[in-house]
Amino acid sequence: MQTRFLIAAAAAALLAGAGPGLAATVTIATVNNGDMIIMQKLSSAFEQQHPDIKLEWVVLEENVLRQRATTDIATHGGQFDVMTIGTYEVPIWAAQSWLEPMDSLPADYDVQDVLKPVRDGLSYKDKLYALPFYAESSMLFYRKDLFDEAGIKVPDQPKWSEAEEWAKKLNDPSKGVYGICLRGKPGWGENMAFLSTLVNTFGGQWFDMNWKPQLDTKPWKEAVTFYVNLLKSYGPPGASSNGFNENLALFSTGKCAMWVDATVAAGLLFNPQQSQVADKLGFAQAPVDGWPKGANWLWSWALAVPTSSDAKDAAKTFVEWATSKDYIKLVGEKQGWVAAPPGTRKSTYDNPDYQKAAPFAAFVEKAIETADPINTTANPKPYSGVQYVGIPEFQAIGAQVGQMIAAALTGQMSVDQALAAAQRSTERTMKQAGYPK
Amino acid sequence: MAQSAPAEAAAAALPAPGKRRRSRRDVNTMPLLAPSVIILFMWMIVPLVLTLWFSFQRYNLVTPTITGFAGIENYQFLLTDPALWTALLNTLLLVGWVLVITVVLGTLLAVLFDQDFAGKGVARLFAIAPFFVMPTVSALIWKNMLMHPVNGLFAWISRSLGFGPIDWFANLPLTSIVIIVAWQWTPFALLILLTAIQSLDAEQKEAARMDGAGALSMFWFIILPHLGRAIAVVVMIETIFFLTIFAEIFVTTSGGPGLASTNLAFLIYMRALLEFDVGGASAGGVIAIVLANIVAIFLIRAVARNLDA
Repeated sequence: MQTRFLIAAAAAALLAGAGPGLAATVTIATVNNGDMIIMQKLSSAFEQQHPDIKLEWVVLEENVLRQRATTDIATHGGQFDVMTIGTYEVPIWAAQSWLEPMDSLPADYDVQDVLKPVRDGLSYKDKLYALPFYAESSMLFYRKDLFDEAGIKVPDQPKWSEAEEWAKKLNDPSKGVYGICLRGKPGWGENMAFLSTLVNTFGGQWFDMNWKPQLDTKPWKEAVTFYVNLLKSYGPPGASSNGFNENLALFSTGKCAMWVDATVAAGLLFNPQQSQVADKLGFAQAPVDGWPKGANWLWSWALAVPTSSDAKDAAKTFVEWATSKDYIKLVGEKQGWVAAPPGTRKSTYDNPDYQKAAPFAAFVEKAIETADPINTTANPKPYSGVQYVGIPEFQAIGAQVGQMIAAALTGQMSVDQALAAAQRSTERTMKQAGYPK
Repeated sequence: MAQSAPAEAAAAALPAPGKRRRSRRDVNTMPLLAPSVIILFMWMIVPLVLTLWFSFQRYNLVTPTITGFAGIENYQFLLTDPALWTALLNTLLLVGWVLVITVVLGTLLAVLFDQDFAGKGVARLFAIAPFFVMPTVSALIWKNMLMHPVNGLFAWISRSLGFGPIDWFANLPLTSIVIIVAWQWTPFALLILLTAIQSLDAEQKEAARMDGAGALSMFWFIILPHLGRAIAVVVMIETIFFLTIFAEIFVTTSGGPGLASTNLAFLIYMRALLEFDVGGASAGGVIAIVLANIVAIFLIRAVARNLDA
């Protein structure tokens, strides 16, 4: 009796598995950001248009996604047909020929409409290898009500020395308001992303033209000392565990007077459903110090098709759909224009609906347009990238240095000790990787 | 990698030399052992050989152009890395402190729960409950609800008493992890030691009491010696698990700030999955195996001596 039941069950399972036979299954690995969740929600529209393509979603936290995607692509696992990766990975992986080139795009995709810095960031040898889902730079958010009360007027392009003064003036922990919130959580995409921009504008850089690490130079010492003092004196407690999401929660509940972070936060902070400070929000470009460039980063979450995929055409069709003008329009209509994926297309910024819904649009567009991954630092550098170094070894280096900076921030080490340790470990990693090349 | 340690410990515990009696019928029973021995051996040897093989290779997932035999380069790089020594020290501190806390607390609680009092069953259940909470879940609860400097219960208590809140994971990272792990594992020690106490002969206790032994000397001269064997078992099992503590660190401090809470398991994770250096991580794994085996040798000897006695 029981065996017969088991056989029947197995047969049923086999039949069910064979059912949708012809449909190509596209497995999409993506990050659990708000914009991607919207994409997942709206993807039923795509499946209706393409009944022969079935979508499967793997939604992961950023670090986990990076691990899964990297191990899968490096071992040619072929688990995923579409991967969500950033401007850091695309050129490196394209160089290994791990990604399908995104050529022969249909005319109505209008690739020239994609903002040029973003397109450049996703290209390798002038060929596009991924299409941008959204793109971001960094900028300064501040609380207009607090600044007005204190009689401070913020210029479009503030300086870090000014920001420090404002933080000092507005820091009021007894009322639960801290002068400034910044990223402190260790990680190359967390505290090091912000700190690299700070070092750039203090006149420093990661490597000189001979690939010698520069972490023991004066600009690094000045920038890290400035950062540590700023957060220790006017930052929230526990700053060393705050990343983007933690700071977003702090700022949107009114606990920070200022915050320098990704432009993508503008849409979230401006959305009254998610933010208590939507009507008191002010923005400016990310503050600068001595050197005027490199203070605002450039990042894009993009969709790419790995060469190990077994459904490349279907995957490409999906990537084109999710990054098209029509998709942005769909989000605008269904979710409200303030939630439209920002930073990718000129046409989004020309759209009067978007301009009306998102008064920060011009700031964001300018921040992205002025972010330059090649000519970033005061002295010439051998690498591309504003807030990262476009070499495979940087993940390891960024992770190690990020930990040292966090140790300096919590006072476990002095700034000098932390930078000396960071310089040593970076030198070791670079030596092991065979630099200078 | 390090998982092979318990398997090896079990394998090493198998033969009991000098105790084998020749059976009367003189049948060779050794071949009958073969299936289980072979399975145990394969279970251990395949991951071990793979780890050893990778540890001599230049193998980084993100730079596939650099490949080939690396010689002792991976080991050289690892052994000259100051992070390794920090991680080893942290591993030993973590294992040592949690052992001390769980055994001491476990013994005292075991004596307490051996007494008769109203609601004993419910109290025992509550005392044992933390052991059944998953490590990631308990780490999240400790991180966000108890030790958080803004929203945590501890911060609220210290604020309402007029002190500033402590930022546990930033200022006392290793201590915080010791506390979390000790909270989880004290029930385990309690469970084993309580059963051991219950096996203590009531007549022996009665005789001691008639001879005029007080509560303290009862504990010191009767209960504690009786628990010796059970404590040795607790120490051995806990050590095997504590050498590979990972989830609590991953969820709360990510090994930081700096390297303040990086143990060997977390260091290997960083090499393998944050830096994608399979060769270097395997070398770290081999070092972890060596360390685990050194500990296992001492522990098994100690336990075996205790069991013989």
